[in-house]
Amino acid sequence: MKVLVCISHVPDTTSKINFTEGDTKFDTNGVQYVINPHDEYSLTRAMWFKEKQGASITVVNVGEVTTEPTLRKCLAIGADDAIRVNTQATDSYTVAKQLAEVVKNGNYDLVLAGKESIDYNGQMVPGIMASILDYNFVNACVSLDVDGNTATISREIDGGKEILTANLPLVVAGQKGIVEEKDLRIPNMRGIMMARKKPLQVVEAVDFAAKTTAANFEKPAAKSACKMIDADNVAELVSLLHNEAKVI
Amino acid sequence: MSVLVFAESSEGKFKKVALEATSYGKHVAEQMATNLVVLTINANDASELHLYGAEKICTVNNDKLNVFNAKAYADVIKQTAEKENATIIIIDSSANGLYLAPIVAVKMQAGLASNVIAAPSETNPFTVKRKAFSNKAFQNTIISSENKIIGLAKNSFGVKENEVNGSVEEFSPSISDDLFGIQSISIEKTTGKVTIADADIVVSAGRGLKSGDNWGMVEELAEVLGAATACSKPVADLGWRPHEEHVGQTGKQVAANLYIAIGISGAIQHLAGINASKVKVVINTDPEAPFFKAADYGIVGDAFEVVPKLVENLKAFKAQNG
Ligand SMILES: Cc1cc2nc3c(=O)[nH]c(=O)nc-3n(C[C@H](O)[C@H](O)[C@H](O)COP(=O)(O)OP(=O)(O)OC[C@H]3O[C@@H](n4cnc5c(N)ncnc54)[C@H](O)[C@@H]3O)c2cc1C
Ligand SMILES: Nc1ncnc2c1ncn2[C@@H]1O[C@H](COP(=O)(O)O)[C@@H](O)[C@H]1O
Repeated sequence: MKVLVCISHVPDTTSKINFTEGDTKFDTNGVQYVINPHDEYSLTRAMWFKEKQGASITVVNVGEVTTEPTLRKCLAIGADDAIRVNTQATDSYTVAKQLAEVVKNGNYDLVLAGKESIDYNGQMVPGIMASILDYNFVNACVSLDVDGNTATISREIDGGKEILTANLPLVVAGQKGIVEEKDLRIPNMRGIMMARKKPLQVVEAVDFAAKTTAANFEKPAAKSACKMIDADNVAELVSLLHNEAKVI
Repeated sequence: MSVLVFAESSEGKFKKVALEATSYGKHVAEQMATNLVVLTINANDASELHLYGAEKICTVNNDKLNVFNAKAYADVIKQTAEKENATIIIIDSSANGLYLAPIVAVKMQAGLASNVIAAPSETNPFTVKRKAFSNKAFQNTIISSENKIIGLAKNSFGVKENEVNGSVEEFSPSISDDLFGIQSISIEKTTGKVTIADADIVVSAGRGLKSGDNWGMVEELAEVLGAATACSKPVADLGWRPHEEHVGQTGKQVAANLYIAIGISGAIQHLAGINASKVKVVINTDPEAPFFKAADYGIVGDAFEVVPKLVENLKAFKAQNG
């Protein structure tokens, strides 16, 4: 089985969020980048397919050269090779189109992505990519097994889970649950050494006219101070929630 | 042109997000000086939507659509949009809505903006404000394609009553078997509980509670408030509570009217998932806990003393106010 894992390169969650150039660009100054956490869950599941079912794993990112350390980290975790599509990732549709090209050219059986990128929080790329390819697609996946040509998936729904089956090829957007937290891997020294020698192929982007553009960014208005209530006066909290906040 | 809203229902009844999407659609239609069309699939009483501004309602009733199937639903939305000449399509952010929107986008060659929190700030160029960086910022996005899809964030625009006279029309799209490449085997619902997705109030607790055995008071608090229960990530990882309750960056997103956090420190990854909630109450023994900076109301105190008192006070309040 050929597995492709789509890797989004995102600011570490504790990063300061600031903008430059008249609030039109994200300020990358001093920002640490990591593998998008949801993609890390999916990559970990892919490692299981590799170790238990002999799958091969390719990781792919649509981005500029600055994303390569993130791809190398995936190689150190255990992916076999990496592809970077050399273009700035802005519009989700464009990113999905580039990924769809990679999938078509590589004939992957299973394409794993994350539920969302934690920077722009789109939740758009995997579904758009799958639909461009006319592949089956399952969102918000919390467990995934593949037996021959058939996948059994559970997806999170509001207030429960749904169990589904589909044939390969298939695109799955994974999230926490697809693997246990304790199974996430930290690259070891040997993995890091080996990653240096693994292939990282750079391909050029195909032409595509973006359908959306980010005009500018805004930060939320500063919050007013927290109103403190004495622990011995819980009744006051109830009254404030009713009369002032009007939420009960 | 017209504006199309997909009003989602569950077992025939509209979800709150459907009413919110309809209210939003009415607003956008007025901004665009055009009319609103609302699509329902296997809903019991579609005319209810007139109350939220739905002028024309297209009802689709088909047994093949009894169980949600993203590709088939997306195809019905597309056929309805074509029939109604709709170029702006509004879809909610429920689990099903999030699944559907990208598929509809491709079927209609449309630009998609997800997590939209307000009415378009401009219609030319068509500009919407969406959440980004886990609620730490907003992005103003221009959708430049002819067809446009708006994924409306939960509890952002609000449900607005705006009664109109209108029509209900039955529509029978053709539904090809090829759309059902994915088969639903079973659905497991957590019954009898308010879910985080639907809740107006969420009561959440963290590692400060020391053990999963101490959740009785949290559940009791949730029960008096008609709230859903949630927890921080370590609590789910330790197996004290089920994973479905984990909220935050890597868990569920909460956009409730009221979020009560008990014994949760307020790490940035936790806040990322809950700060779209309107009012936040924090109960924590540590006055320096970072959560107080993000809260509206705070009590410095021991949860084991404060929560039972809060339950008692709320019961008295409910007894008085019904
Ligand atoms: C990539 C990444 C993603 C993450 N995603 C998430 C996520 O989605 N959601 C999430 O929650 N976390 C997430 N985390 C973890 C996060 O950083 C924190 O570790 C976590 O939120 C802490 O949980 P907590 O507040 O329950 O526990 P603690 O940090 O241990 O805090 C316990 C709090 O309880 C208080 N307390 C103790 N006793 C009492 C008492 N008797 N009464 C009242 N208060 C008391 C303490 O003062 C303290 O503030 C993530 C971390 C990483 C690195
Ligand atoms: N630039 C990118 N390169 C590769 N994969 C991506 C990229 N952007 C998004 N993805 C994948 O799509 C998922 C959802 O992203 P998004 O739609 O941006 O929230 C991510 O978790 C990744 O798996």
